[in-house]
Amino acid sequence: MDFNELLTGSLQQALGPTAVVYCLAAIGLNIHFGYTGLLNFGQAGFMMVAGYAMVTMSTIWGQSLWLGVLVGVILTVILALMLGVPTLRLRADYLAIVTIAAAEIIRQVISAAKFSDDLGGQDGLTGFIKPFRKMNPFDEPVGIDGVVMWSPNDFWVMTVGWLLVVAACLITWLLMRSPWGRVLKSIREDEDAVRSLGKNVYAYKMQSLIIGGLFGALAGFVVALRSATVGPSFFATDVTFFAYTVLLIGGAARVLGPVAGAVIFWFLITVLDIAFGQMTAGADPIIPASIMDSTQASLMRLIFMGLGLMLLMIYRPQGIFGDRRELAIDGR
Amino acid sequence: MAIALRRGATATTALVLLGAVLAALLTVMAGSPAHAAETRCALVKPTDDDTISILGRICDRREKPPVAVPGVRVTVEDEAGEELGEATSSEDGTFVIDLPGTSIEHLGKSYTVVLDESTLPEGTKPEITSRTIDINLDNDQTVIFPIGDAGPAKPSKFTEALQLMVGGLVFSVLLAMAALGLSMIFGTTGLTNFAHGELITFGALVAFFIDRLPGRIEVGGTEITVIVGVLGAFLVGGVFGWLNDTALWRPLRRRGTGLVAMMIVSIGLSLFLRNIYQYFAGAQTRNYSQYGAVEPWEIGDILLTPKELTVILLGVAVLVLTTSLLQFTRLGKATRAVADNPGLASATGINVERVIGTVWIGGAALAALAGALLGVTQGFDFQLGFRILLLVFAATVLGGLGTIWGAIVGAFVIGLFTELSTLFVDPEFKFVGALLLLIVILLIRPQGLLGKAQRIG
Amino acid sequence: MDAEQEVTGRTPGVDVEASRRALAGIEPTPGVAKPDPILVADSVTRTFGGLTAVDVAHLEVQRGVITALIGPNGAGKTTLFNLLTGFDRPDTGTWSFNGTSLGRKPAYKVARMGMVRTFQLTKVLSKLTVIENMRVGATAQRGESLLAAMVAPLWRSQEKANTDRADNLLERFLLAEKREDFAGSLSGGQRKLLEMARSLMTDPELVMLDEPMAGVNPALKQSLLGHVKSLRDEGRTVLFVEHDMDMVRDISDWVVVMAQGKVVAEGPPDTVMADPAVVDAYLGAHHDAELTFEEEEKILAEAEAEIQKEAQGHE
Ligand SMILES: Nc1ncnc2c1ncn2[C@@H]1O[C@H](COP(=O)(O)OP(=O)(O)OP(=O)(O)O)[C@@H](O)[C@H]1O
Ligand SMILES: [Mg+2]
Repeated sequence: MDFNELLTGSLQQALGPTAVVYCLAAIGLNIHFGYTGLLNFGQAGFMMVAGYAMVTMSTIWGQSLWLGVLVGVILTVILALMLGVPTLRLRADYLAIVTIAAAEIIRQVISAAKFSDDLGGQDGLTGFIKPFRKMNPFDEPVGIDGVVMWSPNDFWVMTVGWLLVVAACLITWLLMRSPWGRVLKSIREDEDAVRSLGKNVYAYKMQSLIIGGLFGALAGFVVALRSATVGPSFFATDVTFFAYTVLLIGGAARVLGPVAGAVIFWFLITVLDIAFGQMTAGADPIIPASIMDSTQASLMRLIFMGLGLMLLMIYRPQGIFGDRRELAIDGR
Repeated sequence: MAIALRRGATATTALVLLGAVLAALLTVMAGSPAHAAETRCALVKPTDDDTISILGRICDRREKPPVAVPGVRVTVEDEAGEELGEATSSEDGTFVIDLPGTSIEHLGKSYTVVLDESTLPEGTKPEITSRTIDINLDNDQTVIFPIGDAGPAKPSKFTEALQLMVGGLVFSVLLAMAALGLSMIFGTTGLTNFAHGELITFGALVAFFIDRLPGRIEVGGTEITVIVGVLGAFLVGGVFGWLNDTALWRPLRRRGTGLVAMMIVSIGLSLFLRNIYQYFAGAQTRNYSQYGAVEPWEIGDILLTPKELTVILLGVAVLVLTTSLLQFTRLGKATRAVADNPGLASATGINVERVIGTVWIGGAALAALAGALLGVTQGFDFQLGFRILLLVFAATVLGGLGTIWGAIVGAFVIGLFTELSTLFVDPEFKFVGALLLLIVILLIRPQGLLGKAQRIG
Repeated sequence: MDAEQEVTGRTPGVDVEASRRALAGIEPTPGVAKPDPILVADSVTRTFGGLTAVDVAHLEVQRGVITALIGPNGAGKTTLFNLLTGFDRPDTGTWSFNGTSLGRKPAYKVARMGMVRTFQLTKVLSKLTVIENMRVGATAQRGESLLAAMVAPLWRSQEKANTDRADNLLERFLLAEKREDFAGSLSGGQRKLLEMARSLMTDPELVMLDEPMAGVNPALKQSLLGHVKSLRDEGRTVLFVEHDMDMVRDISDWVVVMAQGKVVAEGPPDTVMADPAVVDAYLGAHHDAELTFEEEEKILAEAEAEIQKEAQGHE
């Protein structure tokens, strides 16, 4: 087995653009679920709306990416309001199901063949990345020689992405130490109690949904910039589940939980992927093809991830940095 | 002890009964396809080979019985309008167009079959000149072009609605079976089980496995391999449910794991199982060895295949049986008591864990049965259950999570709505419609259609 | 007295003695009008399926006194609380607080108007510390608006003042040494205390307590009685549900009896408890006999166990 490749590849992913995407999505979920107790399973929907908004502003209307970002932000807020009005009064389990459903509605509508002229259908959209790449100050691969390397494009996305992560974490920290954050945490514990103290629970939940959704929108922008394309497959239901896994690994209701979670998650996932890939590759693989072929090897990381999520939730629900006593997830 | 024995006996009787009904109804599937008279307008027998053919016939319905219209040119076009094949209707009004290439290439595509109007006899007009078909299976596809006076350009909305209703009913009963299990498990344990879809897929896989065992099973000359497969799915599905509960959920309940945590565990389980399924079964869509291509009966203007009728009847029988079990047996009453108030139920001497165990077995068996029958009606892949999970959830939530009648009512609302909505919107939006319906209903009644509001304070 | 003033902030605008005297002359019949009602309810009904949980034709609560609401289990007391405070919607009826109609007002607005309730099944914020629980209670916090929240200097001084007030209240409710503990780690009785203290952080005009003494030990009960009385002396109105007749007799100025959703009797404690209708509806045959010490112990132990179980079931 090639341990060098294992380490290099895993580091590349652990700090790479994809980790940034999941980190931002999980920061949003941290606001929703970690602090407010809102089980939003539709984060992929927020990402998709924002990502497509940014891209279509340039592909359909020929506007700049900046305007695309602005429109994405506005649409995300509108989506949060539209989703919040019917769902925020619901029980936690209903909320989970309705938000999943909403994300699926968004995905099926955007990817519909009927709108494929404008939105690209199943294939998605490309051809918007030039202005972003033009701003790229890096023109050579960046990294530590012999350990890890990123292409200039990837590194440019990472730079922007991690800066966004820093900003998001800072905002989260500022908010959560304030009385506003205290109300959110109280709602997570018992919303009727908070109501009885004269707080407009509904308004706070809505604010939480919007802010977490906006972090999701940032994730959506980075998805588009990372791949230079957007397509429905980037925003499947599983994306939200992965983001939850990221959040829970790091620890819900911790400002830096999603950051640690994203890095660890992508490191482990890539280690598994490369390891099983290597074990099944070549003419005389370590694992015989009758037991596992290379397609099956690519499933191993998801199998382990499912197993890992279960075990994590059972044995260490507070994640790596969580405090067992102040644990967000043992609800009734 | 005596009580325990009696309870056991009731459950066994129920199981045997269910099995009997299942077997009886499934035999209908194998037997008696309709025989159209040769002199009249005949249906083409589907071929059982690897390619997909489009079969059809053209009938003049001004005559009673309808007569065949020969010599009409028919073409098949893909979405881009490219012509893929053509044929001319023969003496008996039928035509066969073989699609080029293997069946896999056509899966998921949508083709339009077009009548060349200029080749029609004088004074006749087709009621429709083109039909669009979605290829979801590697079966042959049957299309029918009724010809009459220059009348309505399309079959009436009413006919269309009736035809969609058939599909809707099939889907509804299967959805109801799956939803019943989900709802009962939620009712007794509070678990929102995101891995319920995998219980459905499991059934389809078990039936497939039995089907693929070497040899065939016959009774009195009729092959019943798939029937045995479906029965097997029901039974093994129950065992799988028991395993789920014993190995995972019961220990978690003992530890006092929170409901939200359990919900997330179930997401992990869903991911795990789904990929295990793909590992062993691959990603392609599969069909069973029987009932892939059956000749439909014609009832008035509506086409109904024997297997659709069987699934509807069987499904209704299973639902009636299950609800009667819940309504009238001791165990059923205990189940409802636990769903209503677990603490009180256990205080009155009901063995709550036992009830939950039974619910898991029954719920998973129903889900597996639904999965196997979905496999029979439309084929399956490793994502079968995951794909319809949202609709199953929609059905349960619509009816109010945890209520038994709610799940069934919800399933029929969702099942019929998805199909009938295609009368007015593009079929690609039919799931969207159902999910929107869910959101709208929850907006009006946050506790579901039949659920009750929760107590505060 | 000075300290008390600082704790509460509400200056006694009501003459307690005058209010109590005013009650003296009132006819003890159900639905009787009061000279200065703070809360008025008219034909409030609520049904659950076939069951009529609340059916109150007319009820007035006098300002500045302690009113007890008693009745057998399932009489509809908690449901009435839910309806009046906006946590549930009645089928019919109107009700007003300080002359303002509250129909369809959401719960949080009712609370902001100065009508604050506690819950029979205590609702503490388990994973917040006791002091944080208290701070949540303070109203009109600048730092609770989204934009101001990010700029700490805008709210820090107010936070400090709220914390001082909270500390005073914790002192008073004997929770000071639990200040930094998670509320979830408190005992059942302590939770009751915390919930009551927290509701006072909103500086309410009318305090509605749903069984505040359930599960509180006898010694602490005495001091709690003192606190409830001091609430009245500060000029607040108290409406509380209680099953402990001694306590009701001890501190209430007026008693309202509910049975099967209806107000069946009201009047001064002594009059009500002598009313045969009340005895029938609620008190049973043995209400005159004082409980022996053993009996009291037993009932207390049972209650304690019940509360413990409840608390555990909620974790
Ligand atoms: N959400 C609800 N759904 C159905 N029935 C309810 C609901 N809430 C209350 N009830 C019923 O209404 C009646 C009154 O209940 P309530 O809780 O108001 O009684 P209570 O007077 O507070 O009793 P206790 O002294 O035991 O607390 C009871 O019979 C109860 O079962
Ligand atoms: Mg009560």
